[in-house]
Amino acid sequence: MSEPLLVMRGIGKRFPGVVALDGVDLRLYPGEVHALMGENGAGKSTLIKVLTGAYHHDQGEITLGGHPVAFAGPHQAQQAGISTVYQEINLCPNLSVAENVLIGRAPTRFGRIRWSAVRRRAEELLDRLHLKIDVGSDLGTHSIAVQQMVAIARALDVDAKVLVLDEPTSSLDASEVDQLFRVMRALKEEGIAVLFVTHFLDQVYEIADRMTVLRNGRRVGEYRTAELSQLDLVAAMIGKELAALEDIEEAPRREVAVLERGTPVVSADGLGRAGAIAPFSLAIHKGEVVGLAGLLGSGRTEVARLLFGADRADQGQIAVDGEPVALRGPQSAMRQKIAYCPENRRTDGLVEELTVRENIILALQADRGWARPVPRSKQDELVARYVKALDIRPADPEIPVRNLSGGNQQKVLLARWLITEPKLMILDEPTRGIDVGAKAEIQKLVVELSDGGMAVLFISAELEEVLRLSHKVAVLRDRRLVAELDNSDGLDTDRVMAAIASGGVA
Amino acid sequence: MIDLKTRPSQKVAERMRVIPVRQKYLPVTATAVLLAFMYGLGVINYTGFSDTQIVLNVFIDNAFLLVVAVGMTFVILTGGIDLSVGAVVALTTMVVALLLENGWPPAVVLPVALLMGATIGFLMGLMIHYFDVQPFIATLAGMFLARGLCYVISTDSISIDDPFWVSVANAQLWFGGFFISISVLIALAVVLIAAYVLAYTTFGRDVYAVGGNPQSAMLMGLRVGRTRIAVYTISGLCSGLGGVLLSFYMLSGYGLHASGMELDAIAAVVIGGTLLTGGSGYLFGTVLGVLVLGLIQTIITFQGDLSSWWTKIFIGLFLFVFIVLQRAVTRRRR
Amino acid sequence: MNVVRHRLFWPVAMLVALLLSNLFFTSGFFSIEVRDGHLFGSLIDILRQGAPLMLVALGMTLVIATGGIDLSVGAVVAISGAMACSQIAGLDDQGAVGGVLVAVAMALALSAGLGAWNGFLVAVVGIQPIIATLILMVAGRGVAQVITDGQIVNVNSPPYKTIATGFLFGIPVPVIIAAGVVALVAVVTRRSAFGMLLESVGGNAGASRLAGIRSRRLIIIAYVVCAVCAGVAGLMVSSTVSSADGNNNGLLIELDAILAVVIGGTSLLGGRFSIAGTVIGALLIKTLDTTVYTIGIPPEVALLFKAVVVVILCLVQSPAFRAKFARRQPAEVAA
Repeated sequence: MSEPLLVMRGIGKRFPGVVALDGVDLRLYPGEVHALMGENGAGKSTLIKVLTGAYHHDQGEITLGGHPVAFAGPHQAQQAGISTVYQEINLCPNLSVAENVLIGRAPTRFGRIRWSAVRRRAEELLDRLHLKIDVGSDLGTHSIAVQQMVAIARALDVDAKVLVLDEPTSSLDASEVDQLFRVMRALKEEGIAVLFVTHFLDQVYEIADRMTVLRNGRRVGEYRTAELSQLDLVAAMIGKELAALEDIEEAPRREVAVLERGTPVVSADGLGRAGAIAPFSLAIHKGEVVGLAGLLGSGRTEVARLLFGADRADQGQIAVDGEPVALRGPQSAMRQKIAYCPENRRTDGLVEELTVRENIILALQADRGWARPVPRSKQDELVARYVKALDIRPADPEIPVRNLSGGNQQKVLLARWLITEPKLMILDEPTRGIDVGAKAEIQKLVVELSDGGMAVLFISAELEEVLRLSHKVAVLRDRRLVAELDNSDGLDTDRVMAAIASGGVA
Repeated sequence: MIDLKTRPSQKVAERMRVIPVRQKYLPVTATAVLLAFMYGLGVINYTGFSDTQIVLNVFIDNAFLLVVAVGMTFVILTGGIDLSVGAVVALTTMVVALLLENGWPPAVVLPVALLMGATIGFLMGLMIHYFDVQPFIATLAGMFLARGLCYVISTDSISIDDPFWVSVANAQLWFGGFFISISVLIALAVVLIAAYVLAYTTFGRDVYAVGGNPQSAMLMGLRVGRTRIAVYTISGLCSGLGGVLLSFYMLSGYGLHASGMELDAIAAVVIGGTLLTGGSGYLFGTVLGVLVLGLIQTIITFQGDLSSWWTKIFIGLFLFVFIVLQRAVTRRRR
Repeated sequence: MNVVRHRLFWPVAMLVALLLSNLFFTSGFFSIEVRDGHLFGSLIDILRQGAPLMLVALGMTLVIATGGIDLSVGAVVAISGAMACSQIAGLDDQGAVGGVLVAVAMALALSAGLGAWNGFLVAVVGIQPIIATLILMVAGRGVAQVITDGQIVNVNSPPYKTIATGFLFGIPVPVIIAAGVVALVAVVTRRSAFGMLLESVGGNAGASRLAGIRSRRLIIIAYVVCAVCAGVAGLMVSSTVSSADGNNNGLLIELDAILAVVIGGTSLLGGRFSIAGTVIGALLIKTLDTTVYTIGIPPEVALLFKAVVVVILCLVQSPAFRAKFARRQPAEVAA
């Protein structure tokens, strides 16, 4: 093995109140694809931003080709040979392919852009990627995969030694991924070091030679792909000590036996949407908590959005209480008494400038229409009841919801849907990013709701939490529902992880 | 070689290529067809319409609008809008008339007029870029300012009798049996220079990039701020020049000149196929757009029994058609 | 401290300062006298002349709350006046109250139709509001002239004249109309859930959809209300001079109205709106006009003052500007 091309040693980075990176090492060898793995908040994107000069690290050192380097910004990093292609392709769809490859550094003569030279250079670069397209065509007319290639071509134009691909595959379909991988292999053979960030396990095992796993801002380890089993990888990413950390109370396991499973409250049959989630079937019964387990990007949110009608399914059926229904949008899902607390509270959930009271009654009011307002006394009563029941603080319903902490905002969102008295409550990551106390309260609430007969679809990245609350766990991997496990004796995080890692064969 | 996965929409696009029109040229082509149709209509229906001089008169009567619309094209290509152009044109006529009245030599008045327009544009650009004021509001302030300044100078019309100005205004450049004014030459020169800048210079391509996706443009290392400020400066400069041309045309300065010209300029740009959301369009389209507006007026004049207000309705109608067309095109491109 | 923090503090302070400054030029500025049982005085004049702007700005507030904008209100003012006047001019007896009422109803119905057109383009076709309403802004004045056949239609109708110059219980009729419409809209938006849902859609369209709000209908209603308000203003404007001028009635009123809304503290980005703020904004603008006039500067120069006001207000509202000049300001509590 040759010397590493790029070495990051002991990298530390703190933000006010958070240690984002703590003594992280990373080595990239020329002619190698290196995967950077980790769950949300593990520190991947911070590490990439340090590497590409977007952030400055507080500790540690970076050497490139044996020489210490310090980048003042992305431009300098690019000059030094470190190029990055981001997930959301940062190109201009209205310009031609050739321009997107070269804009900002197009060759000019007396201030006049030499278009023939631009086209020739762009063609050369795309040739290197074995991509034959008309470089004069608009970028926007090409598929996402081709756009990604063009972004890579742009990155290569600066004589890249290190190419960082930040989740390039998240919106590609299988054949497009193949195309990208062929390019990555070709670059590898040219001696370029490729740092590959992805959430798809299969892809890591297909393309990566080596990987570095991060968790909670620390490096768990560096492994050769061939020497690390998928199960060990999942364990390394999720971390078993999480269980000990997060076990606030030793809540008893849910008893599956007590549950009578009659007609499901909501059942999906072959429901799917191209590019989002493969067709799946899932039944949720009265009083049942179904957990969705899977890594980030495995399709958890996509399942939730289809069940709520937020996205239109392009195949399959949904039945409510056994009757097939057409969900044409959130309103019709609400009519069927389905509620959805989205993952991203700020952008998809709350209207931040409205008050706590207004946010809580929003869904109920939307259902009644604008002309039939919920009487103010009724509003105050409902809001007061849920502010008390969920212990929302500060207990002032007339302040803008943006002034609340994350945990309390989550409770406001819960309250919004609880007052609509749903039959099925879909909770997408309700405990993420909130403090430990609020988390325990929300978990307790889920138990109470299901004891009261409500069906709950509970989505969380934390397996312990899913296992503690759910009667049944549906496992997702790579946008596919791969297993449905009864939460009976013997189901533990190991078995769920095994299911995630193996794709449900375990 | 990797065989390209073609998406369904792309296949459709390829099939459409039987007609040798690329999708991005579609709006401009539509405008050209419309223009030809209108011209044909005029030639068939009215005697004397086919006279070449009629077409040249459209240029003569709209030279100032053409220049202003060129500046507006730059702004709209970046996704912005400039409401101040009509007011800046009026202010320029006013300042020109005032300075000439006070005996300033034309050689000084001209640069002062252009510089003033550019400065107003530059200041609006600063507000928009550095203080995140919406272009709509910032240029609205510019409009109030410029119109207000007109009336500070005088609430009445000031006539221009400077010999140089009068001689330029009355000059007719004859060729064959036809003539154009000096203003037309200037306007065409502006169009050519601007088209060159947009197509062949780094700055021009930055304008398109910023309009396409400002976030990406920034990450690709382009100087977004400089570009945005520059387009408003250019628009101001064009308004200044348009004001000078209008002062040739009118031989007077007046605060009520060019009222509503911002609408005409925006309409010309949109009818010319430039997307109001930015990033797509051609200067050639803007020229066609101005000609469409001018031809509407000419046809209505020839018709005789149609009153002038139909011009506005037709412009609105064309605006509607083109905006819906644009909407359909961008939707297909998703 | 809390008073200063209130979002209407600066507009109100400016309004009061402006009113007070008039005392230097007109000693009797604040005096209101009763003549023939009718109220007269400078303050009454401001209210009376400000009524059309107040109405237009009121409707504009709702549209801006959805995150939109309506450039066509000036054209609607002209169309509404043209419609009413040409109808009245065709009456055998221009003094007939019934005929005038029919004319008024037709004008308002036409306005509502135009608003529905704008709303349709924005909410159903999905065109940016600036662009969608630009169409009617351009074409509308032509439409007004078609209605009046290009003439300035003069009417001699005492009932119609009442709309702008009459008195009821000693108070000018336009003031009563404006106050009535403002009160009506305020009550309807705040007593029903309309206002809150509108704010929700303007504040976060995505989250509103996921909360089950049908924003399309709300947005169309907002544009219709806006156009009807402009229609009423159009009646007042044409009634004031007893004629409809398609070219000049309501010229540039859209810009004043947007300005009034922004001064009143409603953000152009949509969300929270304040009807009280808009009323104060409209009064501020009218007072500014009046002040300039009484000082003896040509009224057109008022534009210059407006430019200064716009720039100052925009800069003060701009987060970027605040960030550059802020010193350890505590986090804002209210928007």
